Amino acid sequence: MTPAAPTLHLPRRTGRHHATSESPLVRRLLIGVALAFLSLFLFVPLISVFTQALAKGIGFYAHTIMDPMTVSAIKLTLIAAAIAVPLNCVFGVCAAWTIAKFDFRGKNILLTLIDLPFSVSPVISGLIYVLVFGAQGWLGLYLNADHAKFPWLANWLNDHDIKIIFALPGIVLATIFVTFPFVARELIPLMQAQGRNEEEAARVLGASGWQTFWRVTVPNIKWGLLYGVILCNARAMGEFGAVSVVSGKIRGQTNTLPLHIEALYDDYNFTGAFAVASLLALLALVTLGLKLWVEHNHAALNDAQISSP
Amino acid sequence: MAHKMRVLPGFRLTLGFTLFYLGLIVLIPLSAVFWKTSSLTWSEFWHTVTLPTALASYRLTFGASFLAALVNAFFGFIVAWVLVRYEFFGRKFVDALVDLPFALPTAVAGITLASLYAKAGWIGQWLEPVGIKVANTQLGVFVALTFIGLPFIVRTVQPILEDLDPELEEAAASLGATRWQVFWRVLLPMLTPALLTGFTLAFARALGEYGSVIFIAGNLPLKTQITPVIIMGELDMFDYAKATAIAVVMLIVSFALLLSVNVLQWWTNRHNRTSLA
Repeated sequence: MTPAAPTLHLPRRTGRHHATSESPLVRRLLIGVALAFLSLFLFVPLISVFTQALAKGIGFYAHTIMDPMTVSAIKLTLIAAAIAVPLNCVFGVCAAWTIAKFDFRGKNILLTLIDLPFSVSPVISGLIYVLVFGAQGWLGLYLNADHAKFPWLANWLNDHDIKIIFALPGIVLATIFVTFPFVARELIPLMQAQGRNEEEAARVLGASGWQTFWRVTVPNIKWGLLYGVILCNARAMGEFGAVSVVSGKIRGQTNTLPLHIEALYDDYNFTGAFAVASLLALLALVTLGLKLWVEHNHAALNDAQISSP
Repeated sequence: MAHKMRVLPGFRLTLGFTLFYLGLIVLIPLSAVFWKTSSLTWSEFWHTVTLPTALASYRLTFGASFLAALVNAFFGFIVAWVLVRYEFFGRKFVDALVDLPFALPTAVAGITLASLYAKAGWIGQWLEPVGIKVANTQLGVFVALTFIGLPFIVRTVQPILEDLDPELEEAAASLGATRWQVFWRVLLPMLTPALLTGFTLAFARALGEYGSVIFIAGNLPLKTQITPVIIMGELDMFDYAKATAIAVVMLIVSFALLLSVNVLQWWTNRHNRTSLA
């Protein structure tokens, strides 16, 4: 980053005058402080991920990425996100429809409850599923062969070797939990702001419920929905704490990408750890890029709606 | 309004599914925490949550989270101010990158910070000779929590700052206020609710943080163990009751913070409405 000097001579661009703006010296100082702080905490760490990933050359990098353990971690991460994100998407649309289009008692409580997973520590998010489905857990007790309340179910799960904790279902559940509010949170304020008039008009004009939803609501919320999906996906693929509680960390089987990074790091294979980490750092950069693109389109869409009566 | 006939369909279906999914994924599993804790007697529970290692972890988690949120409040405010008020080369790029801590997985942040602040790391090699140790110290916990809390203040202050009416500043200036007085007496009071909200969000996020901290902290008992690490340690020993007891303490604190964020946001909205009127 080059320092911010060149444009400092253009104070008029912001349309401010001397009395309501700072002296050039103060401006320069503040920009300097901001950029120094961001460099220390954002730019340097970001650059160092890629530098360290390539520290042993492109050959080692490719070797690490092609390693069967890494490939299996990539697959598991993609599968978990592919289940968690669509489910939370359906939930988000349902929750937003019910909250934005109807009046009912307890709406504020419902809104708070939807936000709840954001205020729970990732470790606790994993713990709760161990408490429910683990061997000594709530349901686990009933499903366990020794105490089975539903022997047929316990036998069926045993026969088919279906496990929840320390297996894929647990990883998916923990991922759903930590990404639970993302889509709903984007859609609820958006649909509340858009109101009900357009949908009500469509209904009065004879459209069916589904037609109204697909032809009126979806075009209105598509950018907000996409925004929620992008953020939800980034978190789903990057979740570490919650997944590490429920995964059991069996290499090549229940290790997701973030857990694989930890495993390599604990083996003192730092370059390998950073090589895998660089994949997730790239995902983060793509997420930020897509976010900008959606914000740009979303703004254009909103402006168009505001300017056309 | 209440007696108006519903034109739109799907109320029962969507509300039903919302409550079903919320119950299945969030409410029932969360209530398992309280169910599990009830298997302990009160004195067992109290003994577990007041063990010296646990107490030391609360002090560290709270202290480091508070300091990190405070540092973020100061620098985040400057970043938001600079991004809204000044034009400079690369402003859009910088603005987009502020969200990096939201988008970067915590494990990646964790190993990156740990390697940067290690003895031979890019930043550590400059700090070590002057006697500042970051890796495997409480300072390391603070650094990691500062990283993950960074976007909260910027993103809560930025929109409020953008929407501020310039006439307020012009009025104050035309009445003879210096720039510093305008900032201190006019701007800062209007931005205080947003700052407090951002601070509380950053603080709440830092309290539960795990992935970005564990690599740089070293997790030494009584020294650099944060509370989620204590829970993880009990889980590794399959002592679910102890793990759950400490989890209950954390959950109660987080819910209290969630409540205060809601109150703050309500205050912010009211504040903005009165200042517009």
